[in-house]
Amino acid sequence: MYMFKYILKRLGLMLMCFSIIMLMCFVLVKLLPFNVTAGVGQDKTRLYFQLVDRGYIENLVYDRSGNIVGYDEVPIMRQLWLYLTRIFQDGDFGIGIKMSAYRNKPVVDVFVRHLPPTILINIYSSLIGVPIGLALGIFAALKKNKWQDHVISTGVIVLISVPSIVYALLILYFLCFKFDIFPQRMMSGTDYLSWGMFKSMMPAVLSLCLGSIAGYARYTRAELTEVLTSDFMLLARTKGLTRGQATLRHALRNGMVPIFPSIISEFISVLSGSLIIEQMFSIPGVGGLYLESIRALDYDFFMFLSGFYCLVGLLAGIVVDISYGIIDPRIRMGAR
Amino acid sequence: MKNDVNKNIPAEKFKFVGGDNASHDVKFDTKARSYFQDAFSRFCRNKGSVVAAVVIIILVLFAIIVPFFTPFTVAYEDNNFAYALPKNPWFEDTNFWDGCKEVADGEDTFRYYYLIGEELKDAKEGNGGHSVVKNQKYTKNENGLYVYRRDSYHIKGCEYKTIQKDVYYDIIRYQNETKNQVLYPLIDQDDRPSATQDADNANYYYKTKTQNRRTVADLDENGNPVPVYYRVEEGKTDSLNWTLPYDSIRIEGQDGIEVDGKTYFYSYGFEKAGGLVEVRVNCYEYYVYRHTQVIKDKISEPYFLLGATHAGKDILTCLSSGARFSFIFAIAVAVVNMFIGAIWGAIAGYYGGTADIVMERITDVLAAIPMMVVITLLKFYLDKTPTFLILFLSFIATGWIGVAGTTRMQFYRFKNQEYVLAARTLGANDRRIMFKHIFPNALGTLVTSIALVIPSMIFSETSLTYLGIIDLSVGNITSVGTLIAAGQPYLADYPHIVASPSIFLALLMLSFNLFGNGLRDAFNPSLRGSED
Repeated sequence: MYMFKYILKRLGLMLMCFSIIMLMCFVLVKLLPFNVTAGVGQDKTRLYFQLVDRGYIENLVYDRSGNIVGYDEVPIMRQLWLYLTRIFQDGDFGIGIKMSAYRNKPVVDVFVRHLPPTILINIYSSLIGVPIGLALGIFAALKKNKWQDHVISTGVIVLISVPSIVYALLILYFLCFKFDIFPQRMMSGTDYLSWGMFKSMMPAVLSLCLGSIAGYARYTRAELTEVLTSDFMLLARTKGLTRGQATLRHALRNGMVPIFPSIISEFISVLSGSLIIEQMFSIPGVGGLYLESIRALDYDFFMFLSGFYCLVGLLAGIVVDISYGIIDPRIRMGAR
Repeated sequence: MKNDVNKNIPAEKFKFVGGDNASHDVKFDTKARSYFQDAFSRFCRNKGSVVAAVVIIILVLFAIIVPFFTPFTVAYEDNNFAYALPKNPWFEDTNFWDGCKEVADGEDTFRYYYLIGEELKDAKEGNGGHSVVKNQKYTKNENGLYVYRRDSYHIKGCEYKTIQKDVYYDIIRYQNETKNQVLYPLIDQDDRPSATQDADNANYYYKTKTQNRRTVADLDENGNPVPVYYRVEEGKTDSLNWTLPYDSIRIEGQDGIEVDGKTYFYSYGFEKAGGLVEVRVNCYEYYVYRHTQVIKDKISEPYFLLGATHAGKDILTCLSSGARFSFIFAIAVAVVNMFIGAIWGAIAGYYGGTADIVMERITDVLAAIPMMVVITLLKFYLDKTPTFLILFLSFIATGWIGVAGTTRMQFYRFKNQEYVLAARTLGANDRRIMFKHIFPNALGTLVTSIALVIPSMIFSETSLTYLGIIDLSVGNITSVGTLIAAGQPYLADYPHIVASPSIFLALLMLSFNLFGNGLRDAFNPSLRGSED
């Protein structure tokens, strides 16, 4: 019951935080000077009518020959009201207006089409990175202060410090160009589960998972070395458990308490992914869409994707906190 | 009853234990160590961090000193040396750092480059000349390909140029003074390659034919190229190409050719309308001539120690200036963030309660706004402001939140300690307690967090530039991220463009992280003595 109340409270706070951020984004974006510029091959008069239809502008002014020469912008609060009613009444998150590739296409459709590559790459990277990271961390903790530990720790420090942009470049150069193991770009098409697609995703997956391997290895090693020296381990050995048994049943379980939540949150943030990696390996994912919407300042795309990233971030934070309480009943989150 | 015992002992029997020596507090023989001295000595014991600190100092010195000593500037670019490989004049005779790359080419491509060197090999006294095939040395491998070291500085060979007449005479003067040959004999329009894409290529000084739409050398029966230089009879002017007088270095064996009792000379300048002259120049020597005689900047010969970018910019100069910018920028942001964050965190932590809750919610909301959104909005609102200022503002807009959080925690930790209570009892006001008593104690942690903020700032700046959200490369500013982003499209063929910026970035982040971790351990009093 306590947990249920805590979760409700956190969700409520999150919703409040989310609404405030989105409200700020909406107002700030709409405060920007708005000008109607037609893209290549776009009919300007139709664009005007479309904008009127979307509720951005009103009161079109015509000259004698019927050309549109002026308009009023709809007040921001009314635009917000329109935006919200459309979302809640029709589930309509808007359409692309400025981005040429997605003009007149519903935001949600385009978004759903871009989601699979992003999710797949991140899931592969988690599936590879988490087990390897945990294994390395456990190994280093068991061999503490021996050469194996020093090798792993040095590697971990290097991987954590060196920015992903650098080793993504290394992977791109050596694996894709020099030795030609992987294709340079991700395969096009939508058969996401084929072998060719998997192979073409590998460079991006590798660059993503190196960082998480290092992160988990460091975290696991730190937690486990602490647990291994605690008194209950001594007790476990005294009552006759072998070292392996003691480590597996007692040390690992306790060591996993702070690590497990971050694994869960990693699986939530597979949705958002890394903008840099997507850009570098030309992955047609959500990141590229977001960048494009920012460059073109397509309101509906921008609002939807900002909201998406914001929500993923907030959710991951909550899940970490909640899973602490579930994994280790001794921890009561939010207690005084 | 107790007192009765003492009554019976006469007072004169009492004497001081220590004799006449009054006992005082003894001054310590050892020197007192302050908190910071202690932290410093502990920091020095951590070898990794000390090495990292030295590396950081070297990188900072690199960023400060190098821009003053390179002859190039950030704005400098020269298309002739685009993609030039790293070259150091001291290593010219070795196979390393010499601006060359080992390649294996088919016969036609190889011959094209080889013949450039054949023409230009005597260009400079006591020098290997301007051969594209380094020292004209090559081997043939089992696939029938020619393996040789291709010199990226001479790959352009010659080109046709139209210059002013007085420049033409000035070049002749320069040639006579320095014995460096800039001008080469011209080729008549009719003898140039017939394929349109090669008609203006000045490196075909020999007879050519078109094979599979590619221009190849038309060799004589001995396998030698047949030069097709345009020549004019001595003392005559021709009506086809108005040849200008030329008295300077001539290429080997062409000091007058006897044909049917008449002497012919090669033409070095065709006069055009409007006082212009068409010449055929060696790009390398022409570059040297321009920079030493005309522009008179510090550049004498093109040496790019770290190579040149796709636009022909010097990477060393760009990297060091970019690093300098990044350092100054990061430190400025860190200082401002620390100032705002410390005050915010101090108030939230010290007063607690309602003030704390309200302030925490404000930072929550601010922290959740994506950086990308902040920058985009600022960019649209301040589109006349320089980009680096926008970046500065957006880093400050949310950057202080981390510092505020740290300060708040420190204030929570210290505010109920005895020395604070003592200060309050003595009548110190809130501001004095906050900034004279608590803040100095929180400083160690803050300094550490700042040390870790600097690399993360450089990293964010790099990623934002890479993603194309901001573009710092306008004018005389550049950054490490700009270099990496600009070089990535050419990664497959010219990895050296991104190599040095990436190494710099990696080294910087690595050493800052090690340094920051060492600092954190050193400032953590609970670890005192644990390493011994």
